[in-house]
Amino acid sequence: MAEMMQFDLVSPERRLASVQASEVQIPGAEGDFTAMALHAPVITTLRPGVLKVVTPSGTDEYLVTGGFAEVGAAGTSVLAERAYAKADVTPELLEDLIKEANMQRDAANTDMAAKYADDLVAASTQISA
Amino acid sequence: MPNLKDLKNRIESVKSTRKITKAMQMVAAAKLRRAQDAAEAGRPYAERFNAVMAQLASGVSGDSGPKLLVGSGSNQTHLLVVMTAERGLCGGFNGNIAKLARVAANKLLAEGKTVKILTVGKKGREALKRDLGDHFIGHVDLSGVKKLGYEDASRIAQDLLSRFDAEEFDVAKIFYSTFQSVISQTPTEHQIIPADFSDVDTGEVNTIYDYEPSEEAILADLLPRAVATQIFSALLENGASEQGARMSAMDNATRNAGEMIDKLTIEYNRSRQAVITNELIEIISGAEAL
Repeated sequence: MAEMMQFDLVSPERRLASVQASEVQIPGAEGDFTAMALHAPVITTLRPGVLKVVTPSGTDEYLVTGGFAEVGAAGTSVLAERAYAKADVTPELLEDLIKEANMQRDAANTDMAAKYADDLVAASTQISA
Repeated sequence: MPNLKDLKNRIESVKSTRKITKAMQMVAAAKLRRAQDAAEAGRPYAERFNAVMAQLASGVSGDSGPKLLVGSGSNQTHLLVVMTAERGLCGGFNGNIAKLARVAANKLLAEGKTVKILTVGKKGREALKRDLGDHFIGHVDLSGVKKLGYEDASRIAQDLLSRFDAEEFDVAKIFYSTFQSVISQTPTEHQIIPADFSDVDTGEVNTIYDYEPSEEAILADLLPRAVATQIFSALLENGASEQGARMSAMDNATRNAGEMIDKLTIEYNRSRQAVITNELIEIISGAEAL
């Protein structure tokens, strides 16, 4: 049995999850990584992607659009700008998010906005798969 | 002596006023619960966020940091973001925030600074229009917003950040009311640009974190979000405070109306009795005269 750690997923509006997890797969800005108990302390920003939380009762998936993650001695917390549980993700929601990202890309025309939109599209195919 | 009919009308009108204030109080109580829940739900995010920011910010030394943290190097132009309610009838709530903002604005003006004001919520705008109307640079209308979302805060933050980038101001402060309890809300001012995390408790002993990407990049990414987060929690606090203030104001109004009704009823009964007595005297003296 893997060691457990405290995992929190909060968005500005509410707390989406606060559970004991054995591992958390985090879509970091510089690449995905998996945090387990006793992971070295890390703070990283997130790219849009799918966050996977492995708990004793199963694996939960969340779509996050950005924010940051803090892995520390006390556990892992993910502070997402916007986060949706997989069950709440509908094709319409994805469409809206992607439309918004594309609009931002067209308006800003920066690499960052373009990457955001691309990441979001990738994440959406991943979560609907 | 007031006319009996007038008194009766008066009592009726105070009674209907009492009904309205009672209803408003109950609506405010229900809304307060929702607003409080929202404020509480937003707290973990804000707390963690500020703790991490404080930690990051403490690592930045000198003037090398991002502008949002160390400031633009000047402190000439101040932007005051005054957040109030969209509606009145909530006791001193709007007035207190406006007063705090007015005092701050006058102090800055006396020091020879330039003051710009951005109002969020109609009532603060009305309260400050007369003496500080020339300093208004914008207004955010939230009257159409049913349930405050992070997007609303985010929009305000975007506006602020683009103005900051355009060097329209050097220092930004928000004015809002923190929710202590139903009967007590404290008007508060808080500086958001340049960010000030000195009063945040970082909690545990400083852990040495790995930063990915670099510390500066994270800071640059998070600082704009910090503005939005702080505005959002201020809006939530304000929402709860507004309903709390309205609830206690309406509670008072209901009680006052009740007292007034009692007084008027006594007066009404007295007058009626006086009329009866008068009539009796007339009849008796009429009978005696015969």
